Amino acid sequence: MSTEFPADQPLPAARAKGPAGVPAIEVRNLCKSFGDNEVLKGIDFHVDQGEVVCVIGPSGSGKSTLLRCVNRLEEPTSGTVLVEGVDITDPETDLDAIRTRIGMVFQQFNLFPHLSVLRNLTLAQQRAKKRGKAEAVEIARKNLAKVGLAHREDAYPGQLSGGQQQRVAIARALSMNPDMMLFDEPTSALDPELVGDVLEVMRQLADEGMTMMVVTHEMGFAREVSDRLVFMDGGVVVEQGDPREVLGNPQHERTQAFLSKVL
Amino acid sequence: MRTDSGVAPGTEPDTKPGAAAGRPRLKASTRRRLTRGILYAVFILAVLLVVFLADWSAIRINFLNLDVAKEMFPDILITATKNTIIYTVIAFIGGLILGLILALMKLSPVGPYRWVATAYIELFRGLPALLVIFGFAFAAPIAFNWRPPGGSAGAGLIALIIVSAAYIAETLRAGIQAVPAGQVEAARSLGMGPAWTMVSVVLPQAFRIVTPPLTNELVILIKDTSLLFIAGMTLTDRELTTFARDSVSQQANSTPLVVAALMYLIITLPLTRLVAWLERHNKRGR
Repeated sequence: MSTEFPADQPLPAARAKGPAGVPAIEVRNLCKSFGDNEVLKGIDFHVDQGEVVCVIGPSGSGKSTLLRCVNRLEEPTSGTVLVEGVDITDPETDLDAIRTRIGMVFQQFNLFPHLSVLRNLTLAQQRAKKRGKAEAVEIARKNLAKVGLAHREDAYPGQLSGGQQQRVAIARALSMNPDMMLFDEPTSALDPELVGDVLEVMRQLADEGMTMMVVTHEMGFAREVSDRLVFMDGGVVVEQGDPREVLGNPQHERTQAFLSKVL
Repeated sequence: MRTDSGVAPGTEPDTKPGAAAGRPRLKASTRRRLTRGILYAVFILAVLLVVFLADWSAIRINFLNLDVAKEMFPDILITATKNTIIYTVIAFIGGLILGLILALMKLSPVGPYRWVATAYIELFRGLPALLVIFGFAFAAPIAFNWRPPGGSAGAGLIALIIVSAAYIAETLRAGIQAVPAGQVEAARSLGMGPAWTMVSVVLPQAFRIVTPPLTNELVILIKDTSLLFIAGMTLTDRELTTFARDSVSQQANSTPLVVAALMYLIITLPLTRLVAWLERHNKRGR
């Protein structure tokens, strides 16, 4: 089912961090069940380096589960997940090392509430990347500035608005210098007036050539920012392609039914 | 239920119960005042009963004898109270360390660790602390030809550590499990291993959650050091209760019990107030 799409834009050479020519993420025949509940039914899916892919679909379609299988927060039941050509389902793979290359942003932000904003950004740099404190702080400050929150480094997560927390969470993931970013409904827990700031940061990332997989309900963002749009329903990829094509002229009736409800 | 200030007038209700026939016609506010008046009357009656039934002269001589109380100082402070505090601190820190290990074992993915921790916790929560102390002070030295460090006080303390660890382990386990799963996912997705995730992310939050119940555990432990008397203590090892019991038999007077009780309260009351404050503070902080 993985249709090859001609890359409309050439990859920015500076972004090609992984082995050249290998997709950033490649999922083959992925199945995932929770007990009797079959959530993913043989997914084939890929994200090329430098590509921005948005995944949409009704709730329960398995899109978040697919995303969580990419860094193995969910254990796949069967199938293969390759990240930059490395099989992450292989027990011999150093999962922690792979995960430092995959930034993840959660719906509920999941900032560490007992740590200051700056410490949220430096903790994993020091623990997982073994960076020195000075270096970690410097990188953290650079990323906080990038998301427009340089002035809040001493605040605690509880003192920030939802939108600010999510931007801190993005800066935290970026501080690991990941090759790619996964976004799991990053704006779904936000008040409507706070969504824009977070999307703006994500758009900026996309413009810089970051590889991104975004599970979202923000159709406007998907249309304008993504290189490819994937529609999932019932644990399978129903349709994918150029976002304007899929949103404007959906081929499959399930896509049509879904889009008629959300657009 | 309001606890307003307008309760003082309700202290003369003695004639009111006879007015029961008129009850349906009473206004709600009158009825409320009447009910409260009756409650006060019962309370005052109970106090009067205690005051009149107690043999005050006997109490004064046997329990509130100032001369006997004076005899206890300064030893009750420089030995007994000091030892009670030292024993509590040792048992608490020991229990905390062992309890943390047990809690982590109980949450371990490795089966045998879980079974051992579960068996330990169930065993020592199910046994009376007094029996465990007795066992460590007398049975274990005979059975294993073991000379406990610090004599019988040391043996008793080890028993206290072992018992308190079982309770603390359960408290800590609950705290660790109360930390949202998203916290672990966030740490792991950043490439932090399970050990660093536990130390840097989960435990700091878990300890914050369980500070009130842990402080309660500490208060219970303060009182449980009194059980050490069963181990049989040397003069310099005595804690408050042992010391008070010895004074009682020496002086043939029960005043030392009252003095010891006051000492316990001086230590425990600030702590229980602290727990109450922490609970309120925690609620607001979240």
